[in-house]
Formats: sequence, C-alpha cells, structure tokens
Amino acid sequence: MTGSLQEAPGPYFGEFGGRFVPEALMAALDELTDAYDKARIDPEFTLELERLARDYTGRPSIVTEVPRFAQHCGGARVLLKREDLNHTGSHKINNVLGQALLTKRLGKSRIIAETGAGQHGVATATAAALMGLDCVIYMGEEDTERQSLNVARMRLLGAEVIPVATGTRTLRDAINEAFRDWVANVEHTNYVFGTAAGPHPFPAMVRDFQRVISVEAREQMLALGGLPDAVLACVGGGSNAIGSFDAFLDDADVRLIGCEAAGDGVETGRHAATLTGGRPGILHGSMSYILQDEDGQTQPSHSISAGLDYPGVGPEHTWLSSIGRAEYWPVTDAEAMEAFRLLTRTEGILPAIESAHALAGAIRLGRELGPDATLLVTLSGRGDKDVEQAARWFDMLPEGDE
Amino acid sequence: MSALTDRLDQCKAEGRAALVGYLPVGYPDVETSLAAMRVLVEAGCDVVEIGPPYSDPVLDGPMIQHAAARALEGGVKVDDAFIAVRTVAEAGAVPVVMSYANLMLQRGWSRFAQDLKAAGGAGVITPDLTPDSAPEWVEAARAEDVDTIFLVAPSTTRERMALTCGASTGFVYATPLMGVTGERASVGDAATRVVKDARDAGAARVCIGVGVATGEQAAEIAGYADGVIVGTALVRALGDEGDLERLRAKVTELAEGVRAAR
Repeated sequence: MTGSLQEAPGPYFGEFGGRFVPEALMAALDELTDAYDKARIDPEFTLELERLARDYTGRPSIVTEVPRFAQHCGGARVLLKREDLNHTGSHKINNVLGQALLTKRLGKSRIIAETGAGQHGVATATAAALMGLDCVIYMGEEDTERQSLNVARMRLLGAEVIPVATGTRTLRDAINEAFRDWVANVEHTNYVFGTAAGPHPFPAMVRDFQRVISVEAREQMLALGGLPDAVLACVGGGSNAIGSFDAFLDDADVRLIGCEAAGDGVETGRHAATLTGGRPGILHGSMSYILQDEDGQTQPSHSISAGLDYPGVGPEHTWLSSIGRAEYWPVTDAEAMEAFRLLTRTEGILPAIESAHALAGAIRLGRELGPDATLLVTLSGRGDKDVEQAARWFDMLPEGDE
Repeated sequence: MSALTDRLDQCKAEGRAALVGYLPVGYPDVETSLAAMRVLVEAGCDVVEIGPPYSDPVLDGPMIQHAAARALEGGVKVDDAFIAVRTVAEAGAVPVVMSYANLMLQRGWSRFAQDLKAAGGAGVITPDLTPDSAPEWVEAARAEDVDTIFLVAPSTTRERMALTCGASTGFVYATPLMGVTGERASVGDAATRVVKDARDAGAARVCIGVGVATGEQAAEIAGYADGVIVGTALVRALGDEGDLERLRAKVTELAEGVRAAR
C-alpha cells in the first residue's frame, strides 16, 4: 500500500465512476480497456506518443511567469502552464493523439467525437487528418453558432461536423448523439471521448493522456525554486484539471483548485458549477455529480464558455472533492471575463474563456494569500476562437455589426 | 415465476408470440398517454412497456426522443409512470417499466422496486444498466419479486450473454440490430442469431425489440421469439395529436402479426 492518489486505475474512484451504458457498447468498452492496458506498457505505443508530443504537439509546453498580471492577484507569484501553445491551441491534443493511436491499434478506421467549444473537435479532426482516419464530430447547434470558426477549422481538416439540434443543443446533447452513433457503428468506429468523464475506461485513460501537463509542470516548478502553493485549472468535464492535478496529488502541501463555471451565479440557477450545485447521479455512463431535478432529469447548464457548459463532471473530480483533496470554486461569467481582459492587457496573452475561469480563481486566491504565495495556473487553451464573443462582451465590435 | 412469465407462457400455449407495446408516459400529454395504453391492451398487447421520459435517452432514436422531450415539456413526472402501471394492470395486461438508470437511482433502487410492485408492475427493463453495473438494483428487485429484464445485442460476447441471461428474469430483451430505437425495413438474420445465442446461454424467454414496425415483421419474429416488442411505430401512430384510432389500427395489425406466425 503506497497510499498514492496518483494514476487511480478506475473503474471506480471511491463510489464514483463505473460503467452505465447500453449492453451493445460493453464489448467495445472491454476491447478498448484491454487495448489501452496493453498499449500503456508497450514501448512501441508510449514512444510513438512521446514522439508525437515532442515533434507534433510541441511538448514540453513552457511555463510563463506573468508578473504584471500577478499585480492583480495580491502580488502573489503567478506562473502559467502554457497548454495554449500546443498545436491546435489547447490541451485537447494530448488526449486525442493517444486515443487516435489506440484506434489504429484496434484496427478501426473511423473516429467520432463530441465537442463543446470546438477544441476537442479540432484536435480530433487534426489527428484524423494526421493518421488517415474518417472523422465525424458532433457539436450542439448552439455551440456551432457561438464557435463558428472552429466548425470551419474542422471542416477544413476533412471532418464531417454534425450540428445537434436536440435538447439544449450543447455539449451534453452532442455526447448523447455521439453515443447513438457509436452504438450503431461500433464495429469499425472508435469514440474519442474528449474529457475525463464517461464510462470506464475513459476517465482514467483521458487522465493518463493529460497527466503530462502536471508531470512537466511539477519538474518545471522544482527547477524554478519549488512546488507551488496551489494549482488552478478550469473544470467542465475536467480533463485539463485532472491532468494538471495528478502529479501533484501526493504533494499534500499543494492546494488543488478546480474552477467551475458559475455562469450568472450559482444562486440564479443559470450555471454549470456541477460540484457546487449538483448531487450524485448517473449521466453519460458514469456515476458522478450532475445538475438535475428531483426526478433525475438533467438540468440545462449555462456558461459563457461553451467548453465548460456541461451539467456533469468527471468522476475522479467528484471523488477528489469528496475526500477533500481538491477544492472546486464557482467562477461567474463576469469574473472570468474580467480575468480574460486582465491577462490580455497586462501580458499580451489571449486566453480561452474556459481558461479565464482558472485565472479568475488565481486572482481570488492570490488576494487571499498575498505576495508570499506561488500559484500555478493551467492555461488550457488560447482565445483566438473567442475573439468575437469577447469583443461582443466588451462592446468592441464595430458599430452596426451587432 | 411472475405475472410476466405466466403471460408469456400462456401466449406460448396458445401457439403464438406475445405482443409487447411500448409507450412513453406523458406523450402527447399524461391523460392521452394513459388512454393510449388502454387502447394497447384492448387491441391485443399482452404486455405494456411504460417509459418514464428521460432527458438524455441515449438508446432512443429521433421519434422516441421527440416524444420524451414533448412529455417533459408538458411536466410529466416519474410518479406518472406508476399511475400508468396501475392503469395497464387494471386494463388487463402485464405492465413493465423501461427506465434509464438515473431516474431509478434518484428514486432509490429499493423504492423504485417497491413503488412498481405496489402499482401492480411486473418488471423493469433497463436500457443503460447491465447486471454487472447494477448489483444494488438486482438485489432491490429480487427483494420485491420484480423482474429484472436486461438487454442483449449482436455485439454481446459469449461471457456477457451468460452473465446477462443468468441475471434476467421475466424475459431477455434481445436487440437484433446495432443502433437506437426506430423502425427498420428488415431486422434480418442477426435477430435469429441473437435469439439462439440467448437461448443457448440459458434464457427461457426471449423477446425481440428495436426495429419492428409492421405486422409482417411481427409475424416473422413471432416465428422464433417468445415476444415481439414494438415502440417507435406505436409512438408514431399516436403522434403529437394523440390519434387513438390510428394507434388502435396499428396495434391490431401487429396483434394479427404475432398470431399469424405459427
């Protein structure tokens, strides 16, 4: 018994996780689990993934100290783990390359994926182009409207993008539709799941592929003088956050803070802060926290950020919250956009609105802890896709453009 | 033995397959859906499968998704499913419920089984719950003598077929096609294979669902299965306008189908 919290294997994290799916998918999930268990210890696989990470994604990603931004964080030392500099512009590529390589090992020729903000869809379409796989991306219709640039990117990369018009027309409905596709086409299709949620093996597997964030960051911080007092990351489903936390899980003095999207404020009911405002339930194949009514109907979520606009959360986060190892803070649209503005103006770095939620958490924590604190913030993605939305928020579009 | 197995065996003794009709409660509204379930019984359904609508029905195609969304917009509650169970039981057919897992979990596994039993229901079909993922449900259902009806698919492995058939009571729900609910032109050879595999794995009673739309298909399936499950075609016949006579005609066609086979 090592007592380590790192690399928990699933299918259960405490009482959360598991596999709640139609029988038709069980064989495929078993096959995927088996293939992954073999691949993760096969040097042919791990070396190829490392090569792609280095030569294609551009890893390791750098850590950037942001002193001018830090003046707004109570003078604390603030460093950014720059996943925004990865090829395709976010952390999503780390996971996708792993799952696409796995698809080839499974002998399947087609990949499908869901996407919210479009970052996972772009990363999946990219991997499909790189590896010669057919690719279909499901995206909520509302998200295709607010992230139209990413829709065009996916189509340019050769993927078919299917807008999903059912339900709330967002990420959750895109996942439902991707599952339906998978049930019908599982023989030749692999589902490249984008976040650390869903049925086993996805939460553990996605975490493993994203773990590189914290493995690198931990070494980088040690080289820069020591472990941080806290690691902050935004949480929708929670893939960049779990990747940012994992290697620090056994460092008891490092606080781990996931920043959930509180939308208009948790008290308004218009939010996506699942761990703050939800309760245990089953959604999309696993037991975790979800936003739901008394009967168990999933409730619509709301966030300015399409990537965080999800009424569920990965089961490992729910577990880490339940045992008190990680904290989950609600961050409103307004707080996130203020952090977005500050980082852009003080450092010349345009963050994804998703990542701006983590920056807002750093502003809050830095002001609480003061100048002696060191905060590591994962900048999960870049904000190019959000320019139009941010410009509208700050009323910067040319007159008559609205 | 249960009310459900008794009814299936009775159909078999009559030299025919059972007709199992699915409808979501609350579509197009609660009152009409209850009337529609009575029509199902009057026109020849032996078993009525009642679906409490769920917000994220991953195993349902567009027609049933639409009906579920419409029912939820109308304010249907899980409680209404138990009212429907009582309605079907009083009308003389065997009621079973098909429920997604979270609705059961939120009510509590035991309470769900108790409420079903109290209303006169025989069993629960669980589209996103397999026996290995739901030991709590199996235990709660056994305590109330509620049948646990699990699904098998063409992709089900030999090991899983044994597991699932072993944990199923009432009947085994075989889906002959890979895919979501909805009508298909043909359910094909896969149907005979999945029924055979289930029987080889020890299933005493196997019903076929997903894809059945016509009396002709019902007759074909009735040739080798213990029951024919029809959902989407009934939901479509009922429609947004709640056309009970169109529904009655569809059920009559299917009821003739299950009697034409042998």
